[in-house]
Amino acid sequence: MRSRLKQPSVLPGFGLTLGLTLSYVSLLVLIPLGALFLRAAGMGWAQFWAAVNDARVVAAYRLTFVTALAAAAVNAGFGLVVAWVLVRYTFPGKPWLDALVDLPFALPTAVSGLTLTTIYAKTGWIGAWLDKLGISVAYTPLGITVALVFIGLPFVVRTLQPALEDLERETEEAAASLGAGRWQTFRRVIFPAILPAELAGFAMAFARGVGEYGSVVFISGNLPMKTEIAPLLIVSKLEQYDYPGACAIAVVLLAVSFALLLAINLVQWWSRRYPLKSQ
Amino acid sequence: MSEAALGLMTSACTTRHSTTTEPAAVRFVLIGVALAFSGLFLVLPLVAVFLQAFRGGIWLYLASVTDAAARSAIRLTLVTAMVVVPLNTVFGVAAAWAIAKFEFRGKQVLTTLIDLPLSVSPVVAGLIFVLLFGRSGWLGPWLEEHNVQIIFAFPGIVVATLFVTLPFVARELIPLMEAQGREEEEAARVLGAGGWQVFWRVTLPNIKWGLLYGMLLANGRAMGEFGAVSVVSGHIRGHTNTMPLHVEILYNEYNVTAAFAVASLLTLLALLTLALRWGLRGKVSCDLAAAAAEPRGNGCRLPDSGRIGSRRRTRGARLP
Repeated sequence: MRSRLKQPSVLPGFGLTLGLTLSYVSLLVLIPLGALFLRAAGMGWAQFWAAVNDARVVAAYRLTFVTALAAAAVNAGFGLVVAWVLVRYTFPGKPWLDALVDLPFALPTAVSGLTLTTIYAKTGWIGAWLDKLGISVAYTPLGITVALVFIGLPFVVRTLQPALEDLERETEEAAASLGAGRWQTFRRVIFPAILPAELAGFAMAFARGVGEYGSVVFISGNLPMKTEIAPLLIVSKLEQYDYPGACAIAVVLLAVSFALLLAINLVQWWSRRYPLKSQ
Repeated sequence: MSEAALGLMTSACTTRHSTTTEPAAVRFVLIGVALAFSGLFLVLPLVAVFLQAFRGGIWLYLASVTDAAARSAIRLTLVTAMVVVPLNTVFGVAAAWAIAKFEFRGKQVLTTLIDLPLSVSPVVAGLIFVLLFGRSGWLGPWLEEHNVQIIFAFPGIVVATLFVTLPFVARELIPLMEAQGREEEEAARVLGAGGWQVFWRVTLPNIKWGLLYGMLLANGRAMGEFGAVSVVSGHIRGHTNTMPLHVEILYNEYNVTAAFAVASLLTLLALLTLALRWGLRGKVSCDLAAAAAEPRGNGCRLPDSGRIGSRRRTRGARLP
């Protein structure tokens, strides 16, 4: 049988809608992103490497990745607790907490950056208190991590919630009837089942943190080599009309995001293919 | 049945429940940790925005949000959203129609492409349009010759915002329309309905809540976008300054109270979006559940029992 591009259907509008979709996506996504890669490719390998391997750029990458990783790790822990509590327990204010988890999605990043900076500055509500203990948050890598924790929390919680809801209580009952304690059941039965969701949430929070700009730029202080994140470095290169430099950093960031996207898809494919191994 | 056996059974029944939950102390601690963490990271910033905004009193607040620069920023933000959201809605409906109602090759690739803007850093999103339309960009010389300015002007802001909000409507509609299948539309066709008639009378009523939900998400992001717009706007006061950019300028000028006043408007928008989402969430999951013919009891009434696509959506997570 001849393979076709499209299976026949009585419904109309395929040509129109697909045509519209393809042109829209090409104009807005494919061509502009392609332009970026072509521009970077036009630099030549030596120039590209020099732009990416510059000490200030390397410091920015390191800071970006370390803070995003730390924030994603914090969220993986506390996000699991929040998701667990929301799915398993009832307590006063639960619907409010559930709704509020989406706040970092809904709040414009500039607002979250401004607010977190004010709270954690040396004169702020928490900042003043931490300052007495000798910890400064705003304008340090710790501050960047705080902003990224705020931004990343919903990714972990919203990925874990459906996974926790889909767990079958029977397996936990079986574990208990076989003599497992509650902690043992969690470790050996529940956690393996939600691990793919936990990993996906972690990776999403990390990916978002690597590219985040608005909330970080307020709290980071933006000192070169110290508290300058990679997206900010792109902006300053652009302001100096150093287009090749900006392109090179952007290409590396994009490559990391795409690799993470691929990893997330693989994890989710794997979890669909091998659901609930613990049984 | 002997009394001893009965007693054993009832005790088995009462202990059964406790085997799948934790001791009260553990529950208490976990709830405490969750509340403390979200209080610190979610409630505190929310409270801080409004307290800081009104620190100088109501008159200073009103003056900050009604001065000329603030008004022009508000106007620009609203106009941008009014241009961007309808365009991306038309795109989202078209893309969902093509992807959900037809089988064709390369569908997966197309879906991935539509999702791509979500994983691109906002700054990179702005950068790619500077590379295309900027003075030393590919189309720069041609545009200059014809006296068209895109970067550092309104069209640039629109294009960058279109890019970052492109996936929202499509992402919401594709799983919904896939779950609904095409039988209803096919039946309408067989009964003699035209293409547009099928869309307006059959498809649109089925997807209206999902569509609204997607538009809401796109609108929230369009009004709040900072990184991408910041790169292409040029920050010209009164001309290319959106509300989030105005917040930054005020803050950099050490005009913190005014910055918070404008920020409080954006926060109200975010809270409104959250509230509407919360209301719509139940309706959308009802549509999904009905489409999937999954008996969910009265689950549709409870917003938290039917998280959209918890079973259906292959990507698993709900992102904004």
